[in-house]
Amino acid sequence: MNLDYAGLFHALRPETSLVVGALIILGLDLSIFRRHTPVERLNLALWIGALAVLAAAAHVWFAPEGPVFGGVLILDKLAMATRLGVLGLTLLTFGVASAAPAPRNPAEQVAIILFATTGFLLMAAAQQLLLAFLALELASLSLYVLAGFDKTRPESAEAALKYFLFGGMAAAFLLFGFSLIYGLTGSIELPQIAGQLFHVTLSPLLVVALVMVLVAFGFKAAAAPFHLWAPDVYEGAPTSSAALIASASKLAGFTLFARLFWREFGAVAGSVSSAHGEPGWLPAVAVIAAVSMLIGNFGALAQSNVRRLLAYSAIAHAGNLLLGVIAAGDAGPAPFYYYAATYGLATVGAFGVIAVAERAGPCQKITDLAGLHRRSPLLAGCLAVFVLSLAGIPPLAGFFGKFTVFSAALQMGGLAGPAGWLAMLAIALSALALYYYLVILKQALVAKPAPDAAPIAVPAIAKLALVLAAGLIVLFGVNPSLLLGLF
Amino acid sequence: MNALPCTIYVSFLGAVLALVAGMRSPGTARWVALLSALLAWGIALSAAVNFVPGPGLETIVNHPWIPSMGIRYHLAVDGISLTLIILTGIAATAGILFSWNIEERAGEFFALFLALIGGVYGVFLSADAFTLFVFYEIAIVPKYFLIAIWGSTNREYGAMKLVLYSFAGSALVLAGLLWAYAAAGAHSFGLHDLATAATHFSHSQQLGMFALVFLGFAVLAGMFPFHTWAPTGHVAAPTAASMLLAGVVMKLGAYGCLRVAMTIFPTGLAFWQPTIACLAIIGIIYAGLVALVQDDFKFVIGYSSVSHMGFVLLGLAAANAQAVSGAVLQMFSHGVVAGLLFAVVGRMVYERTHTRQLADLRAMPLHRLLPFAAAVFVVAGLASMGMPGFSGFPAELTILIGTWKTSPLWATFAAAGVLVAAAFTLRVIQVSFFGSASIADGRKAAPAHPLPPITLAEKAGALVLVASTVLIGLKPDLLLDWINPALQSPLFQAVLKGGKP
Repeated sequence: MNLDYAGLFHALRPETSLVVGALIILGLDLSIFRRHTPVERLNLALWIGALAVLAAAAHVWFAPEGPVFGGVLILDKLAMATRLGVLGLTLLTFGVASAAPAPRNPAEQVAIILFATTGFLLMAAAQQLLLAFLALELASLSLYVLAGFDKTRPESAEAALKYFLFGGMAAAFLLFGFSLIYGLTGSIELPQIAGQLFHVTLSPLLVVALVMVLVAFGFKAAAAPFHLWAPDVYEGAPTSSAALIASASKLAGFTLFARLFWREFGAVAGSVSSAHGEPGWLPAVAVIAAVSMLIGNFGALAQSNVRRLLAYSAIAHAGNLLLGVIAAGDAGPAPFYYYAATYGLATVGAFGVIAVAERAGPCQKITDLAGLHRRSPLLAGCLAVFVLSLAGIPPLAGFFGKFTVFSAALQMGGLAGPAGWLAMLAIALSALALYYYLVILKQALVAKPAPDAAPIAVPAIAKLALVLAAGLIVLFGVNPSLLLGLF
Repeated sequence: MNALPCTIYVSFLGAVLALVAGMRSPGTARWVALLSALLAWGIALSAAVNFVPGPGLETIVNHPWIPSMGIRYHLAVDGISLTLIILTGIAATAGILFSWNIEERAGEFFALFLALIGGVYGVFLSADAFTLFVFYEIAIVPKYFLIAIWGSTNREYGAMKLVLYSFAGSALVLAGLLWAYAAAGAHSFGLHDLATAATHFSHSQQLGMFALVFLGFAVLAGMFPFHTWAPTGHVAAPTAASMLLAGVVMKLGAYGCLRVAMTIFPTGLAFWQPTIACLAIIGIIYAGLVALVQDDFKFVIGYSSVSHMGFVLLGLAAANAQAVSGAVLQMFSHGVVAGLLFAVVGRMVYERTHTRQLADLRAMPLHRLLPFAAAVFVVAGLASMGMPGFSGFPAELTILIGTWKTSPLWATFAAAGVLVAAAFTLRVIQVSFFGSASIADGRKAAPAHPLPPITLAEKAGALVLVASTVLIGLKPDLLLDWINPALQSPLFQAVLKGGKP
């Protein structure tokens, strides 16, 4: 293996920027800003964090393409697009965090968000099992901490514990699967594994390994039937943490998932494009996708808590995203990337609205949003954009995301195979989904505010973040080539 | 001709401006909305003056939109779309005049109204299935808010039902279009390209795709048994939204059936033709009979819309040149007449008497209290029944003659529907406006306060609509001269030739 340390350092400049930024934040907070109020410390940390993210984004933009450090990392178009997407979503998450009440340790929160983002960046580019696992765990451990960051509320601790237990279990599955693969092929490099697997048939041991890895990713992606942690975590975690879990983490996770499965297990993918498909992991993913769509959409119908509703909607979207991953074999990563990135934008935005609304009172139940159009027209308008994008209404980006994923799935063989029928199911369920999204908007835009509800003042930074997110959703929706052009 | 896309942009721009103006005062928003609607209508009319009817779509704009998927922003016009664009202009202008009394959240009302109108213009101008679908969905969502915020009876239920039906319909359309796009090799969404590609599809594929797309659009056109959203939605909606719903939104469905489903999959049409005709005839008669026994004034009009849209669907199903041109004419006619009926019921009567129960109205001598409303309603009722001299007559007559050529049996049943329509229209005219006060026992007799007079805006709106229906009633060739050449295009000829039962 050609170990080029200078090249490695070069390629890791975005990650380095983030880590250095996090260390500066922690250092300044410990020394100079110790005596300031939490709000001031939070704002300072957020500004430094934003600078670090921007620096990382600049490095990503100018990074050369190609394998790094003997193929441990691969900087291809998908990696670059995912990294930019993750950094953008992190920046918006900072906007959400600025609107939420400052926690007791504001600097640490921002630093941990940066660490999680570092994990996401590595996930986007990892091409080796060990690095993939480490990146995933760096991100996950940071997210566990973030979920439990609000020490004043027991729900937050509950969320963190549930997330940690499920996630830890998933990590164990993943490691077990990886170790079996290593045993089977004698390599942890994706290209070598792919080369080895090209010659083998679907042995029972390989099936076990595949199932282990699938289960683990199912947990991480909140795909049914491994979704049980999601509603509790979305409900209990601090809003900014939930926003990060729902957006950037999804995008990076699905990129890693697609890369791992197509690059590594492409030879044993099987087929879902015709009625008599070969066995492989594709049929299994198709089943998980179908179950996620059904459970997510039907589960969301019954929710009265807006965060739990977003969690079930996330499960349903995970189903659509898995369909995008299935289609990525033929259509390339562009459809599911577009879907994941724009879904992330809409979700961060929705959580941002919740975070701002929470400044004026609790915002858990859907009815807590009642009369938002009176209390803050801007907030209501932004929420309408985000929710309608999640519902897939043109000209918003969520529509084209669905459109491109479903069309990619249908191109795999029309209605001859499960992929086409899965797309049909997803289209049918999107009509159902409009109902629960409209229930949110009904409260926000139609209902009258509660008599004691005060107007909501939107802080300037949060306003900027929300308008930016809404603007991007419209922009990407009207001109999808902006994102598709990254590939 | 090149100015026609501006109808879309003017409407969307007007929506934004109305929203901003609404923050100042409702009055400003009203004027902004009216001026935008008038401007768009004016653009459409001036384009119509210079319009040279010809076969096939005349391309106006054709830019690549999403090159990697072969999607183009392609706007084009022919006589059929021009007819409906003019109708949209009339309906939008009249709708704004009839919502002059909106005070609550006026800016948002007119913004949503104009956004809907912009989407409608876009659908009628699109020559690319993706573009058409995007505009189609843009027109759906504002309906929910228009009804849920400014509506009346059971508005949240009516709004949700309407939007879910529409969206479920559009999901079917999306499924069918994506299927066709994928099967055609994912090169283009252009209507012409899809139609060319579809000739290579297998028979069963064509049948399936046609069923999905046609059914999806037909839900919005109020095809039996998927029409139930229409009466509840119409009743719940504020007057202007009812006028738009019945006037242009249901036409979106019928237009989609004609422009997308039928031209792309003529083989599918040939197979499903008897089914569609059967459902259309059931819709005509069933909805007419239901309208006959309603207690609520607005429900009568709501069901009558379903009945009249049944004629449009029947004309499409008959699939010969005369029937299809009649169907397009009927779209125009019904758009104007339904708008007029809803305007009288929702705005002139209900907002003055605060009741729509026919039994209550019967006890009021409305023809003396509101003579203008009574006169307009009688005119609209006559037009709706298909009396000569009004637009409904040439439209329904053309449909019936055309249908007779395809199947005398269908025409006979549909003609029975005309009688039912006459029955429920006459009944409602009699009961609502010319009831006598002598049977008032126990009912709300003459209202305690004198009813507010009919405003200038209402008179202007009614005048526009009455003038349109009379003009087309007396000289239907104005529109038929546009429509008939359009049917000579290769795409429609495939429909008309393939369409033998």
